[in-house]
Amino acid sequence: MATTALEHAPAHHEEATGIWSWITTVDHKRIGIMYGVTAFLFFLLGGLEALVIRMQLWGPDGRLVSAEVYNQLFTMHGTTMIFLGVMPLSAMYFNYMIPLQLGARDVAFPRLNAFSYWVFLLGGLIINASWFFGAAPNGGWFGYANLTSAQYSPGLNIDFWTVGLQILGVASLAAAVNFFVTVINLRAPGMGMMHMPMFVWMSFITQILLLLSFPIITVALVLLMIDRSFGTHFFVPAGGGDPILWQHLFWLFGHPEVYILILPSFGIVSEILPVFSRKPLFGYAAMVFSGAFIAFVGFGVWAHHMFSTGMGPFADAFFALATMIIAIPTGVKIFNWIGTVWGGKLEFKTPMLFALGFIAMFIMGGLSGVMHASPPADLQQTDTYFIVAHFHYVLFGGAIFALTGGAYYWWPKMSGKMLDEGLGTLHFWLMMIGFNLTFFPMHIVGLNGMPRRVYTYSAESNFELLNKMETVGAFLLGLAMLVFMWNILKTWRSHQPPAPADPWNGATLEWAIPSPPQHFNFPALPRVHGRDALWEMKRVAGGTLPEPTPVAHDAVPMPNPSWKPLVAALGVAITLGGFIGGSHLWVHAVGLVVLFYGVYAWAFEDPFAATGH
Amino acid sequence: MSQTPVRRLRLGAPVLLLAAAMLAAGCAPDQYPQTTLIPRADFAREADTLMRQTLLWATIVFVLVEGALLFAIWKFRNRPGAAEPVQTHGNTTLEIVWTIIPAFILAMIAVPTVRTIFKTSQRPGPGALQVEVIGHQWWWEFRYPELGITTAGELVVPSGRTVSLEMTTADVLHSFWLPQFAGKRDVFPGRYNNLWFKAEVEGNFPAQCVEFCGVQHGRMAYRIVSVTPEAFDAWAANFNAPPKDFTADSTANPLVREGQRLFTAKGCGGCHAMYPALPLIGPNLHHVGSRSHIAAGTLENTDENLARWIKNPQEWKTGVLMPNLGLTDQETAAIVAYLRANQ
Repeated sequence: MATTALEHAPAHHEEATGIWSWITTVDHKRIGIMYGVTAFLFFLLGGLEALVIRMQLWGPDGRLVSAEVYNQLFTMHGTTMIFLGVMPLSAMYFNYMIPLQLGARDVAFPRLNAFSYWVFLLGGLIINASWFFGAAPNGGWFGYANLTSAQYSPGLNIDFWTVGLQILGVASLAAAVNFFVTVINLRAPGMGMMHMPMFVWMSFITQILLLLSFPIITVALVLLMIDRSFGTHFFVPAGGGDPILWQHLFWLFGHPEVYILILPSFGIVSEILPVFSRKPLFGYAAMVFSGAFIAFVGFGVWAHHMFSTGMGPFADAFFALATMIIAIPTGVKIFNWIGTVWGGKLEFKTPMLFALGFIAMFIMGGLSGVMHASPPADLQQTDTYFIVAHFHYVLFGGAIFALTGGAYYWWPKMSGKMLDEGLGTLHFWLMMIGFNLTFFPMHIVGLNGMPRRVYTYSAESNFELLNKMETVGAFLLGLAMLVFMWNILKTWRSHQPPAPADPWNGATLEWAIPSPPQHFNFPALPRVHGRDALWEMKRVAGGTLPEPTPVAHDAVPMPNPSWKPLVAALGVAITLGGFIGGSHLWVHAVGLVVLFYGVYAWAFEDPFAATGH
Repeated sequence: MSQTPVRRLRLGAPVLLLAAAMLAAGCAPDQYPQTTLIPRADFAREADTLMRQTLLWATIVFVLVEGALLFAIWKFRNRPGAAEPVQTHGNTTLEIVWTIIPAFILAMIAVPTVRTIFKTSQRPGPGALQVEVIGHQWWWEFRYPELGITTAGELVVPSGRTVSLEMTTADVLHSFWLPQFAGKRDVFPGRYNNLWFKAEVEGNFPAQCVEFCGVQHGRMAYRIVSVTPEAFDAWAANFNAPPKDFTADSTANPLVREGQRLFTAKGCGGCHAMYPALPLIGPNLHHVGSRSHIAAGTLENTDENLARWIKNPQEWKTGVLMPNLGLTDQETAAIVAYLRANQ
């Protein structure tokens, strides 16, 4: 990295701390941490919901919870894990790592970034507030019409769901615009698109998917909301509407959503494997193009979720072939990951264990996916536990393993502490065994006829033994999570020396700056000449670089904190919240006033104006 | 660090044992009455053949790719004194090869898939037995238009003859599934979906709704009863005989007569027809006494279960549309006796 006089300035000022500094922050790193903490709490909640589900299914005719509560639990488990767990955990890494890996000082629109976080938080809180009304969403994460119509679901449950998801959609769209522009405009000098770290590439493609698919679900949710609030008939057959329209809209969003969940994980794994194999990513260009190809074709496969609706042989054949084609670029990715490991010098540090575990589990999920790409076979598999097994291999064995690996990998950078390797290894093996014990039997029980979304099963069905295994596995997963939290707590309170800037011999720019980085990340913008920028710098320097020293905290002017994004976010949440239980005009009105005030004040605020301190 | 692969193997052994146990459980599908792995009709056989072909390819790929991964993990583990790895960035030939091979394997799956799609999408011929299937929250109704039969909870079919199902719903989406005989089809209001099969065996098989349809989706089951063509003809011929009027028969069991009186007096008849081919909003109960199951296929049709169901349906299926009528034990016993007498 270019050395400047700034690096030797005394670090006499400390950054502001305290709750208000977090509420008003526009720093992408703090926002990333807030995303991470919030998403992790929601993830734990979704996990607890899963444990209650597993306890209910421990034996036949389970009576731990009622049918109604069970339906709320599986709806909220899915909704939470997707929208409040995996997506914002990815957003944590987008926030924290994209600017660092690009060699930038922040995202393109720091206040918009804060706005995204607050909208996400409020959306998550609103959707979960439904528990306190005893009216958690109960129509499944897919919310199929016409069960979700006012006639068949008259309670508040579905209102919380449509409103909550719309609010979360605003957060996702705002964030997607932000990261899209960040990647296009804020790459370090010399960093071409084909020099970007693979995590940035996969995240960039994810933003495009978000930008294209979230408007679709938003439209669907708006139609459903006005069906429910104003008695229109978009999805009501008695009024000439069509419930199958919902399915097409939902899955036209829902399938790209699957790639929104998994592509960032592809990126994380593609960062970890080279570092712990000590050789560059194999087939960089193929990795970029396969990711882009998956995303593109991902918009043409949605109806494979609908083979049992009877679309006719031509549509079935088209969507079957399109789905199978996706297996090719996915295979290319897996082979390239194995190619990265091949011939390397593998260090089995915790991030590497999770990355390798990811590959092993994702292969399984990919192959079962090919099995139900075949419509006649899918007519037996769809809506059974075989599908539940499949997508948990992809989203837990895939996304969660990768996100956890990312946590161990980037923890030192984000916190300045190293996590314990022994506990990390224990965490990995508990999760690996617990995961397979939970989800592998689901393949068997599914093919043997156990449907999804049933709150119990009969003794006659003989599903008991396999369900018992799954429940034991689920508790092992819970234990693994406790080990992870213990690891965080233990290392947080320990007096270990601060983590070095580059504990893993990293290849990318985030490891060039102190752990945790200073507010402005890079005192001087790094100049990049190719891929794996930091490895290149180390090679030029003849091995290692000196530990970077912090500079004065005000050495680089950064935008002021701002509370306006929070006000605007509150406006969005209140305005849409008025649609819970009908349409409350005065709530919309208050919300719009707050929203307009927030946006107005934000628009006319000078982010670099001199402040009191 | 070099200890890790050893530890991996030590931990691997119990995992492998467990996997073997699970596979053994999976290889015994005859233990699972609702299994899809023992096809018992032409349609299900098509789906099963396709599934097994795909599974074979998937298993081969699984073993090879996981094997390559595990081999690489073992072979290239960091050993003391190992040299720095060669900094390869890729290999075009290799990348083309591993694009083409999966494409070839997928073609091997795609060709039979498309063939089977068109085969299973054909309409059954004119000799098929027509059955109209109607989903309700949370039970299934079956009508045989050629035979003038309306019944519920049990789909009775003759073996060896193609059955053509025309399927719809009276309320929300459901999905009708014949795990042993065919796949599943979702049902939509105001629209008919089709599925067909020719049962190869006789028997009484469980099945259940597979599209989430509200609070009691989990207990929206039914039975598929396949009988010999002779038995089916006998069943159909007797089905439409009018129900006995026990109140007019002074020789009948007094409990049964009391049951019939209560059935009317308590309003049961408002939703449930005891007459053939009379669809009301609840399941038609003509011949309910001889069905194998009640409560949408979720309870065996014993006197005990009938009583339990009639006395408090909300206990077994909370949220079901049948209310708790607050019957006494004696009233319940009488209605049970009456329903049982409708053989």
